[in-house]
Amino acid sequence: MSGATDPGAAAPAPAPDSAAGPGPGRRPGVVLYLEAITVRFDGFKALDALTLYIDAGELRCIIGPNGAGKTTMMDVITGKTRPDSGTAWFGQDIDLLTRTEPQIAQSGIGRKFQKPTVFEHHTVFENLELAMAGDKSVWRSLFHRLTPAQGELIGATLETIGLVQRRGELAGALSHGQKQWLEIGMLLMQEPKLLLIDEPVAGMTPQETERTAELLLSLAGRHSVVVVEHDMDFVRSIARKVTVLHEGRVLAEGDIDTVQADPRVIEVYLGQPADAATRT
Amino acid sequence: MQALRAAFARDPGGSWFLAVLAAGFVLVPLLYLAVPDGSGLHLSGYTVTLLAKYMSYAILAIAVDLVWGYCGILSLGHGAFFALGGYAMGMYLMREIGARGVYGDPLLPDFMVFLNWKELPWFWYGFDHFGFALLMVVLVPGLLALVFGYFAFRARVSGVYLSIITQALTYALMLAFFRNDMGFGGNNGFTDFKDIAGFPLQEPRTRAVLFLLTALALGGSFVLCRFIVRSRAGRVIQAVRDAESRARFLGYRVENYKLWMFVLSAVLAGIAGALYVPQIGIINPSEFSPANSIEIVIWVAIGGRSTLYGAAAGAVFVNYAKTYFTAVLPSFWLYALGTLFIVVTLFLPRGIVGAIAALRQRRAKA
Repeated sequence: MSGATDPGAAAPAPAPDSAAGPGPGRRPGVVLYLEAITVRFDGFKALDALTLYIDAGELRCIIGPNGAGKTTMMDVITGKTRPDSGTAWFGQDIDLLTRTEPQIAQSGIGRKFQKPTVFEHHTVFENLELAMAGDKSVWRSLFHRLTPAQGELIGATLETIGLVQRRGELAGALSHGQKQWLEIGMLLMQEPKLLLIDEPVAGMTPQETERTAELLLSLAGRHSVVVVEHDMDFVRSIARKVTVLHEGRVLAEGDIDTVQADPRVIEVYLGQPADAATRT
Repeated sequence: MQALRAAFARDPGGSWFLAVLAAGFVLVPLLYLAVPDGSGLHLSGYTVTLLAKYMSYAILAIAVDLVWGYCGILSLGHGAFFALGGYAMGMYLMREIGARGVYGDPLLPDFMVFLNWKELPWFWYGFDHFGFALLMVVLVPGLLALVFGYFAFRARVSGVYLSIITQALTYALMLAFFRNDMGFGGNNGFTDFKDIAGFPLQEPRTRAVLFLLTALALGGSFVLCRFIVRSRAGRVIQAVRDAESRARFLGYRVENYKLWMFVLSAVLAGIAGALYVPQIGIINPSEFSPANSIEIVIWVAIGGRSTLYGAAAGAVFVNYAKTYFTAVLPSFWLYALGTLFIVVTLFLPRGIVGAIAALRQRRAKA
């Protein structure tokens, strides 16, 4: 079987800039392409021909009622769930559907789950150090010394997540909100191009929520950030562009005011119109 | 002096441990060899051997603490690695006896003559060389741990299931070593050793040297393990202990970390066994008994998990208590051990050294 005669064989290695290649390669500045993704669970369509593009450096909020397919979409992007049909590309040349979860994580997609999981018996600094990109073999880490550049990187991340003062404390002693920031910091240490963040402000105090909004806004530009969130105030405070999912499909997309004014959105997601949509 | 003080400030427990060990290293052989028999300061050969036994148990406890306290692998089979190291040394000591055995066979150990064997089994070849035996002391436990760990960790067996199969491992080995036709002396094991590397084992100077070697091995094991747990690899294994899937998600090959820690721990246990056998003078299959392996874990828990020196202190403390009670109230010992374990688990979750550290902190605050 020669690869040349097999039409599918060209898929794994498209030329990065070739518009004719099987990779997307058509839209400038797009980092994530989801096209016609369908996922069925026992006949139920969790995602129904979902198509979504995320730009480089964009901060995007995904909202939608329960069961809209938000988590399934994250699972498809990170390789946890395989779609029944559709294509998913990361950048121009990474076909997400052919890669395993660790490979996808390595290629620059970081995911933050809802519940914070940090290493509670390690200090804040050590948590970031452990998360740092680099050689993770046993032998190397046995003799590893932190280089000045790595130290600076950790310092800069501590600065970003606002935990400089607490660098020497055990992560287990942090508040819920601080643990969430630390975990975002751990994702940042892996230098991801795309960050997927699931309900970052659930359970946070108003002050923590505000601080999280600042943090996410500061990340946009350097990274593409996709935030799934229920808290509309929070979405309003950070979103430049909002995508509303409903029954596995994109219902509406645009800036927050346009989306909130959309009668279909008001109907399916916000339930009672007017007062819910404008509640602040 | 400054550096010494800094070291004490950074790791008071570990520094105390090394200081006591160093004092013993100098004083014990001195009091044993140089102080005359009649003096109150004289240490008997029995005491020196007893101390060496405690120290080899301390090495074993440190090995268990490395995998249990830091890596979260509760091995209930470390007695097997200890016994294998002991058997490797025992095979050498048996061959050293040569023609001085009861039956006077120049080649075959006594038990083989007794079983009417005509020639030496192939796996006994090479054990007439001390160097070969030392190699086997390290290789046999290490390889067993490598093979066992490779399959167990790759299959992601962990928690109580792993503990159970380590128990099964040591139990299976005990049954095998009990069999006469295995060629390891059956239930009698090996004993009646004469000398080691040409030096008579009953000679006080030989005993003193063995004591010193055991102390060096204990200090070396402690320093090596402390280096590991303080390296980045050490932080990784503790991360694996606390949140394994998170560590995997960060890109660490968790099974490799577990495997190499497990292998190193088994090698240390084997070395401890090899130091134990020539000084105690006997090795038999009861060393493989599952209860022995559980007892090691109790030493570590009582002393204080995840500190290394706590494990060593626990081994010495519990075994001293065992020596004392089995002499004074033999039937009482197991109850005492059980009670001690329950009391420590309920009231001193960080063991004796953890309780001492907490007391010191409270006093510093007051």
